[in-house]
Amino acid sequence: MAKYYQPEIETASQEQIRAWQNERLVEQVKHVWNDVPYYRKKMEEKGVTPDDIKSVDDLYKLPFLTKDDLREAYPYGLMGKPASECVRIQSTSGTTGKRVVAFYTQHDVDLWEDCCARAIVAVGGTKDDVCHVAYGYGLFTGGAGLHGGSHKVGCLTLPMSSGNTDRQLQFMTDLGSTIICCTPSYAAYLAESIYEKGIRDQIKLKAGIFGAEAWSEEMRRDIEEKLGIRAYDIYGLTEISGPGVSFECEAQMGMHINEDHFIAEIIDPDTGEVLPEGEKGELVFTCITKEAFPLIRYRTRDICVLSRKPCPCGRTHVKMSKPMGRSDDMLIIRGVNVFPSQIETVLIEQGYPANYQIIVDRVNNSDTFEVMVEMSPENFSDSLKKITEMEKSLVGALKAMLGIAAKVKLVAPKTIARSEGKAVRVIDKRKI
Amino acid sequence: MNIYQISVFLENRAGQLSEITKLLADNGINLRAISIAETSDYGVLRMIADDAERASSILLEQGNIISMTPVSVVAVPDRPAGLSEVLSIIAEAGIDIEYMYSLFTHADDKAYMVFRVDGEEKLSSAIKAHDMEMATKEEIGLK
Ligand SMILES: [Zn+2]
Repeated sequence: MAKYYQPEIETASQEQIRAWQNERLVEQVKHVWNDVPYYRKKMEEKGVTPDDIKSVDDLYKLPFLTKDDLREAYPYGLMGKPASECVRIQSTSGTTGKRVVAFYTQHDVDLWEDCCARAIVAVGGTKDDVCHVAYGYGLFTGGAGLHGGSHKVGCLTLPMSSGNTDRQLQFMTDLGSTIICCTPSYAAYLAESIYEKGIRDQIKLKAGIFGAEAWSEEMRRDIEEKLGIRAYDIYGLTEISGPGVSFECEAQMGMHINEDHFIAEIIDPDTGEVLPEGEKGELVFTCITKEAFPLIRYRTRDICVLSRKPCPCGRTHVKMSKPMGRSDDMLIIRGVNVFPSQIETVLIEQGYPANYQIIVDRVNNSDTFEVMVEMSPENFSDSLKKITEMEKSLVGALKAMLGIAAKVKLVAPKTIARSEGKAVRVIDKRKI
Repeated sequence: MNIYQISVFLENRAGQLSEITKLLADNGINLRAISIAETSDYGVLRMIADDAERASSILLEQGNIISMTPVSVVAVPDRPAGLSEVLSIIAEAGIDIEYMYSLFTHADDKAYMVFRVDGEEKLSSAIKAHDMEMATKEEIGLK
């Protein structure tokens, strides 16, 4: 059984990886300088030209890109190729301003799918496997990425998409799915349903690739035990490509970053300074092979640690820990990115005070999401029917803005807890 | 001459109702009627106070969310089928009742019902056309 999808790359020496990175970075910087006026302007403002970038050691000289840049440049400002050269877009949930739209050339799609194929092979996937992809299909990168990776490995691919659990279970039993790809919370839900239906002995699953949201070791053990599989983490973000930027191997101790495509740095989120290996800080990625959406020094806002300690699996690429938090206020709820400011916008539009509180918890391995909203004089009336209608309209507007449903709880004014005069906007009770 | 009802937003929190009634009692406000409509998460307390203007400013001062609504108070003949007669008059006039509740105040030969309808004028004319009466502020002890 093949252990690696691209052995010569995945087990290359550190020197070889560095050599690829040096060469590709130099080329990539020239590419963005010539083809991405938005980034060129940033470089000029910082007084950097492509001549200053001779190797990865010079990476720190380049300006960062953030989600604010993506917003400002939306939709075409950070493209490195004309639309006629692109074959695909993928996007995150969320409305304009928060939504990320990324472009791909055929080459970009190929390399992204290679990354996902590496992840599938790393969990033991071969052409004899039946790969059940229960990530959402469509704009979301989850379905598309693993689907493409599964094709590359040669698995029999089941493009299930998310939802309709009964159908998922039927295909799983009838077609003998052996690898499942979905969010960890959906995996936990499936495990629960399988247990309830008493069909565990009809399930042939051996491994799962679970990403797009944070999950704990406890949850991993729970899923592994209930499904009788090994559960692996996968990491990625639409800005950088999608799932497969890094993936877990059999060691289940951190995720190998595909360093032939992405250079990872850890920085101090406050000063922007690069931190030495092993220190905890914000993860920053530079795409060195992407053509259509070549982000340089993109700040992920994920806080984690990198490690170059040798891995028992034989892969030589640097490993990142599970993200331990965020350097901004973004929440990931049921796999969807939620910014408190989006909720604020909706509240103001709907005539409620911007004094709110978000309460997130995890019950039975699924995220609960409640927004406490203060009643306003404008929205109050003697009619319960009218208040309920206003509430429904608020719930609808939140769903439209965020892409996921929130439970709204209307409360009396000034009842939302404040600490030291500052309102506490988010209470995250999830233990991850 | 309008009679105003005060509505107060209630969270589903133990003690909030008694806090409000105590606040009003401490300020010498007398309640003539009270009714609550609720969902599992929140409710609306509706009341008729003897001094609506003062009661509302006291409630507002304490940070309550309130709303004032003109309502119709009908003097219902205190005899069998009295209420049913009133309701048929309203129905025949084609007026929709959003909600109704009764006053604590009672006279020898009549009881008083608060009606929240769309079209108070119409209701008042219909009632009077059937030789029945709308309550006056004085007879139910309102200022
Ligand atoms: Zn490894």
